[in-house]
Amino acid sequence: MNRYVGAEVLRSEDPRLLTGHGRYIDDIVLPGMVHAVFVRAEHAHARIGAIDTAAARSLPGVHAVFTLADLGEPYAEKLMVQPYPSPAFKQDIRAYPLAKDEVCYVGEPVAVVLADSRHIAEDAADLVEVDYQPVPAIVDCRRALEAGAPTAHIGTAHNLAGSLAVGFGDVEDAFGNAPHVFAEEFLQHRGGAHPMECRGVIATDEPHNEGLTIHSSTQAPYLVRATVARYLEEDESRVRVIAPDVGGGFGPKAGVYPEEIVVPLAARILGRPVKWVEDRREHFVATNQQGDQLWSLEVAADDDGTIRGVRGHVTSDTGAYTSYGLVLALTSLFPLPGPYAIAALDVKLDVVFTNTPTKSPVRGAGRPDAAYAMERMIERVARELDLDPADVRAHNFVRADQFPYQPGHKTAQGAPITYDSGDFHACLDLVKEIAHYDSFKSRQAAARLDGRYLGIGVSAYVEDTGMGPYEGATVRVHPSGKVQIQAGTASQGQGHATVFAQVVADQLGVDIDNVVYQSADTAMFPLGVGTVASRTVVAASTAIFDAAVGVRHKAVALAASLLEAAEADLELADGTVFVKGSPAAGIGLGELARQLTPFNTQAVPEGFTPGLEATSYNVTTGPPTASGSHIVELEVDIDTGAVILLKYSVAHDCGRMLNPRLVEGQVLGGVVHGLGNALYERMYYDEEGQPLSTNYGEYFLPLAAEMPPIEIVHLETPSPLNPLGVKGAGEGGTIPAANAVVAAIENALKPFGVVVNDYPVDPQRICELLDQASVPSPAGDPG
Amino acid sequence: MKPAPFTYHDPTTVSELVSLLSSLEDARLLAGGQSLMPMLNLRLAQPEHLVDLNTVAGLDGIEATATGLRVGSMVRQAALMKNDQLNTDMPVVGEALRWVGHFQTRTRGTIGGSLTHLDPAAELPAVSLLHDAELTVEGPRGIRRVAMRDWPLGYMTPNVDEHEVLTSIEFRYWNEPYGYAFEEFARRHGDFALVAVGALLAVHNGVITRAALAIAGATPTPARLDEVEEALVGQPAQPDTFASAGDIVRQREAMSDAYTDARYRQRLAGVLTERALTKAASRAVPAEEAR
Amino acid sequence: MADTRNITMTVNGNSIAAQVETRVHLADFLRQDAHLTGTHLGCEHGVCGSCTVIVDGEAVRSCLMLAVQADGKSVTTVEGLADQDGMSPVQRAFQDNHGLQCGFCTPGMVMSLTAYLGENPDPDERDIREAISGNMCRCTGYQGIVAAGLQAAEELRGGI
Repeated sequence: MNRYVGAEVLRSEDPRLLTGHGRYIDDIVLPGMVHAVFVRAEHAHARIGAIDTAAARSLPGVHAVFTLADLGEPYAEKLMVQPYPSPAFKQDIRAYPLAKDEVCYVGEPVAVVLADSRHIAEDAADLVEVDYQPVPAIVDCRRALEAGAPTAHIGTAHNLAGSLAVGFGDVEDAFGNAPHVFAEEFLQHRGGAHPMECRGVIATDEPHNEGLTIHSSTQAPYLVRATVARYLEEDESRVRVIAPDVGGGFGPKAGVYPEEIVVPLAARILGRPVKWVEDRREHFVATNQQGDQLWSLEVAADDDGTIRGVRGHVTSDTGAYTSYGLVLALTSLFPLPGPYAIAALDVKLDVVFTNTPTKSPVRGAGRPDAAYAMERMIERVARELDLDPADVRAHNFVRADQFPYQPGHKTAQGAPITYDSGDFHACLDLVKEIAHYDSFKSRQAAARLDGRYLGIGVSAYVEDTGMGPYEGATVRVHPSGKVQIQAGTASQGQGHATVFAQVVADQLGVDIDNVVYQSADTAMFPLGVGTVASRTVVAASTAIFDAAVGVRHKAVALAASLLEAAEADLELADGTVFVKGSPAAGIGLGELARQLTPFNTQAVPEGFTPGLEATSYNVTTGPPTASGSHIVELEVDIDTGAVILLKYSVAHDCGRMLNPRLVEGQVLGGVVHGLGNALYERMYYDEEGQPLSTNYGEYFLPLAAEMPPIEIVHLETPSPLNPLGVKGAGEGGTIPAANAVVAAIENALKPFGVVVNDYPVDPQRICELLDQASVPSPAGDPG
Repeated sequence: MKPAPFTYHDPTTVSELVSLLSSLEDARLLAGGQSLMPMLNLRLAQPEHLVDLNTVAGLDGIEATATGLRVGSMVRQAALMKNDQLNTDMPVVGEALRWVGHFQTRTRGTIGGSLTHLDPAAELPAVSLLHDAELTVEGPRGIRRVAMRDWPLGYMTPNVDEHEVLTSIEFRYWNEPYGYAFEEFARRHGDFALVAVGALLAVHNGVITRAALAIAGATPTPARLDEVEEALVGQPAQPDTFASAGDIVRQREAMSDAYTDARYRQRLAGVLTERALTKAASRAVPAEEAR
Repeated sequence: MADTRNITMTVNGNSIAAQVETRVHLADFLRQDAHLTGTHLGCEHGVCGSCTVIVDGEAVRSCLMLAVQADGKSVTTVEGLADQDGMSPVQRAFQDNHGLQCGFCTPGMVMSLTAYLGENPDPDERDIREAISGNMCRCTGYQGIVAAGLQAAEELRGGI
């Protein structure tokens, strides 16, 4: 039965993508198509006076230049819609699709040029003259709530967008009687997601036929459909959204952007297809990023390292607008307890506006921030009490016999947060083994004799995966015997076509080459949610599994009536249903399907519905809890501050693995993303809010040469929440990485008493810390 | 990110090129394109005229002269790296080239392009300084030779006017046994240096008899470290000498930008000087053995 | 008026003649005039490597070369690598080692490694990591790509 599930099946997507036959947004060319280029704000905060488009409009090859007013009523006065309303909002400030009379970040779209080619459109965009009257900008979220700070929006009283809190237990008791209380403050900065393909939108409007068709390089075609339909006040049946091959997502492509409104409107006004493909310079300023969070926490601990409670405050930057609701704030706060059984928690979070691009989740969403925060508390306790950091973790972990475990807080919808399964201690033991943790001290001592400073860092995490509310699929057998899966989820490279075919091929006993997967087209499958939050393998594979089981039951029941046999006596194998022991006399799935098609000369057999197919929706009952522990071993060059990553070890539990090779791919990519966050990726802004890192020479993505070998060991504790026992795996690699690195740097520099706290940490910062250290380093500054 | 319109010119000889440059206003020379093409795509450069050097004959030769190795300005960095004579006589250039971009950019990037772009953190200007290179510039008034020391006029400003073109560069032999090293600190493999230091060192009976040191990335232009060279000569080739040299370099002024401050650049300059000297000394063939 | 030239180049063995605007870079020419969309634009400033193609035997960034500069040259793109089995040894090694996810950086990675292994047939892991450092990937963490490079090198040396 399980020929494919659990096997390292090679990806069916690969030959197409490897030979240059993928079809990404920029590969699509439609007859009569014109190219859009956006004129974007040059100031972080300014009033807009006149916009002179005459010179641009008169350039040969230019079809039109639109400002907000040119979009016509009612759009000239209409704000983008809020996809994620929340009672926690204090100010829900959304953008206009094109700026109206104020720009609030560098890169905000102000006008759009439509021309015969991208080249001409860029020429014309340079000719659009916008009268900007700069006003003070707020750039640093740490200052946003100070009295007298500039407001990110003219005419507002303050920069507070919303406030959230998380808590449980008796915090007063936890801190009041604690033998140890430590306070920490640290700034977390995560840059952009930087999929190698930027965003892009192509829209066609056919008012007399099917309406709007939008191709978008999105993670969430159904969210785009819903949002565009709401904005344009169209019925969703008149808006079709297709995500072609998408060159990576990692979060920001799950948002809905002004371009996804303006490009369809332009196509409607011009009566011809319009294409906009974001270039990398735009991506740095116009696509959501994750940004800054300032954490001020206190931890109460016992002598033995027991964490009694955590309390404190977070300031979280949302950028100029709340285009993605307060989602990032929620995912930063609610995962805070992590894998630890803590008696009391009380943390408040303020979401503040700044004159920078909108902030929304990047791989892991706020979970890497929350994990970092809690892991910093563990590190502090271990350091102060002179305990082994791995031991402090093990001491505080939720035990394997405590599942399902409820930390004590509730989701925004009011349900108690519950960890379904796991074995945190086993993961930690596994990773210590492959990292040779117990022998590290001797390696470290030997290296010190050569003047080299090795460090080791441990980090642990849990992830609430498989977010709801649902995902659906249809599984259908054609008379050819081929099996078609249609689903609502969009892939950005995760390997859906392979993994979901594995699930169906096993259920129907067919060769995997006979299963085809189709998705990401709202006209093909009615309802879907999106590929975010490590949810798809849980939400969609469960629906697909259920639909395949439905097809299997229908096939067996039909064969039973045709073969005049009892269902219990039948078997399905090799694509054929037969009486056990007589496979030669069986009926193929294709023939069974033919019996249920309208072109069968006989009537549909009594008691059966047409089509050998089944549709299933999986309504999520709770999030399967993925978990794991990471260890990194590194060297710090105390002369230059360089960090050389030597080995990265991962033990993780994402439940049952449908395809271990693809799980490893997710973990590897996630870890390297986390290493980029820890060591390399920083968006710089000057005091006026001008971004200073807007190309890949100034913004450092991790490259192959600096990345360490990564060893992964799997623990499989199946989730009880779904029939396949799966948990999500897309973000677990990223979540604990930053703390592992920072802790390892601190461990390497322990002789000097260096504490890092903020990330990303670059070599210059390490040298500053060495210069400020309580114990001077040999290469320390003589002055 | 598409270039603004320009008129493209593809001269085939140096004289055609020179007369073209005399007749054009607002022209840019396109060498390997690894710096100018991004600037064109980003519209940071919007010249009226783009004059392609890739079609000009005679700029891609490498030949030995009595005094050194003359390299045409359009010799690709990849070709230079593979040149046996360069690797024998001026190995520090080959060592520096490994830090220049990536193999996919060195296939197009040229020595002349790098010297003319004159990024303060670039490696090739620094090793050109080390080897006392002489640059040949051709223009409407004929041929002009410029010592590499006189080439940088300021930040990213070479000693060549808008009607002239760099046609070749001669790296000078050192004419005695020596050791060499090129030490660089960059954030990632292939990035521009934060600071890089190159060193050539002749050692006789354990005493430094001649030294050349050049630094990139610390100041707005690459520089020879004359005062350190002078201080080194006559000193024993041993760790405390190199550490003291590092301390001198560390006291030099350095530049700051949005990402890296002067103090850190000074630290790197000191550390890399010490490392380069240490490695160069370890590679210095004692003069008596070489004989 | 737009500055144009008539150019002819060989792309994957086929001669292509076209009139191009001189400011069009080679990547756009390949994608739009030659209709070969396997060459991808990830940054258009010469850092990400997605647009890497092979020109006269050498790997270059096609966003940093004008189409007019490829006049008379021979260009190989990812579409031109396939052997009779439909994939080259490098391409097959990417599938075997899960060296790709979204596939966007992949053509550039494949072209870089194809060119690199031609120059250095016996690389170690460090060599491969440095060779692909001119190509960015956000999905894989590079480890599968490094494994693919080592496998392809071995196969090309006749070891498999």
